[in-house]
Amino acid sequence: MNKRSRRKMLVVLVLFGVSVATVLGLTAFQENLLYFYSPAQIAAGEAPDSRSFRVGGLVVAGSVQREEGNLAVQFDLTDNTATVPVSYDGILPDLFREGQGIVAMGKIDSSGTFVAEEVLAKHDENYMPPEVADALKAAEQARRNESI
Amino acid sequence: MFSKIWKWIQTFSSPKYFYGTAGKLIPWFAAGALALTVWGLYLGLFVAPPDYQQGESYRIIYVHVPAAWMSLFIYVAMAVSASVGLIWQIRLADVIASASAPIGAAFAFIALVTGSLWGKPMWGAYWVWDARLTSELILLFLYFGYMALQSAIEDQRTADKASGLLAIVGVVNVPIIHYSVEWWNTLHQGATVTKFDKPSIDTSMLIPLLLMALAFKLFYAALVLVRARNEVLYRDRNRRWVRELIQKL
Repeated sequence: MNKRSRRKMLVVLVLFGVSVATVLGLTAFQENLLYFYSPAQIAAGEAPDSRSFRVGGLVVAGSVQREEGNLAVQFDLTDNTATVPVSYDGILPDLFREGQGIVAMGKIDSSGTFVAEEVLAKHDENYMPPEVADALKAAEQARRNESI
Repeated sequence: MFSKIWKWIQTFSSPKYFYGTAGKLIPWFAAGALALTVWGLYLGLFVAPPDYQQGESYRIIYVHVPAAWMSLFIYVAMAVSASVGLIWQIRLADVIASASAPIGAAFAFIALVTGSLWGKPMWGAYWVWDARLTSELILLFLYFGYMALQSAIEDQRTADKASGLLAIVGVVNVPIIHYSVEWWNTLHQGATVTKFDKPSIDTSMLIPLLLMALAFKLFYAALVLVRARNEVLYRDRNRRWVRELIQKL
């Protein structure tokens, strides 16, 4: 084996070794790398109950209830499998709206409500002009009416 | 055939030949980058429609996304040239790698800052420790590590070897950044353009984005050649061709 192919082997081995180590490391820390739990995971009891964690899902349409005179707000969060009621007292981000994805940080209280200390909006990877979004919505509506 | 290619590589990678050729190429790359930036920004900021959810503020993607793509692209380019330098000991490859590092770091920094400015109004937070943001921050630190190693070691060949190895090791971070939004739940949204499906972005918004991406690529090409020419002059400062060059001035 000449010098050049020995160096080539070295580079390949280093890359291979580091990749294996990274895969092992990431698998071991899989759970800590999750930024949030889904309502289904909470329903299955996978979320921690003593410390705060994050929950992510879609705000159920029509579930948002605001209190008069203060910032308190309540809504349901769903991943289309399970639903968690959330209460929050604070300023909501711009993208917070019904049907939109959000991530909330907080704890589950004894009644099963998720008491959020922080609410972040998670938006999707779709970009389109408002007219296209309206057209899509209209088409969806028409399709639904047809199937009924 | 193979020996012909090898010979061509050796000619082109001779510092003197590179210095001359790169000097001729730079204006073309720079002019292309400028033209595409003006065109892309005009289409992106004035012609493209507002987004149905984010309104006008989505327009930051015309800087944020190309910068983030470039931070990954330049890292791969840097790691590939570092390994070419390491294996075949082509000095020019090491020069390209070390000339690329600060440019890549700048793009990673731009991606992080623009994302953070957009994150505050849209998400409600400047920074979150999700997998995408964290791995991109690590990329910035990898660039810094490479640059630090380059300048910390006095002997140029040792510096190239050590920092080149770091660049190669750090390459594992690149797929992690790209797939982080699929492998884990992240606050950062998933891929829009670089997925196997049709891009989930309207064509009128996609075209300026691709123009900007191309503009950034050309900008990098121009900048890396300028920096590499500088580096070649510096490294060969005691060689005859550089002395002759100076005497001609």
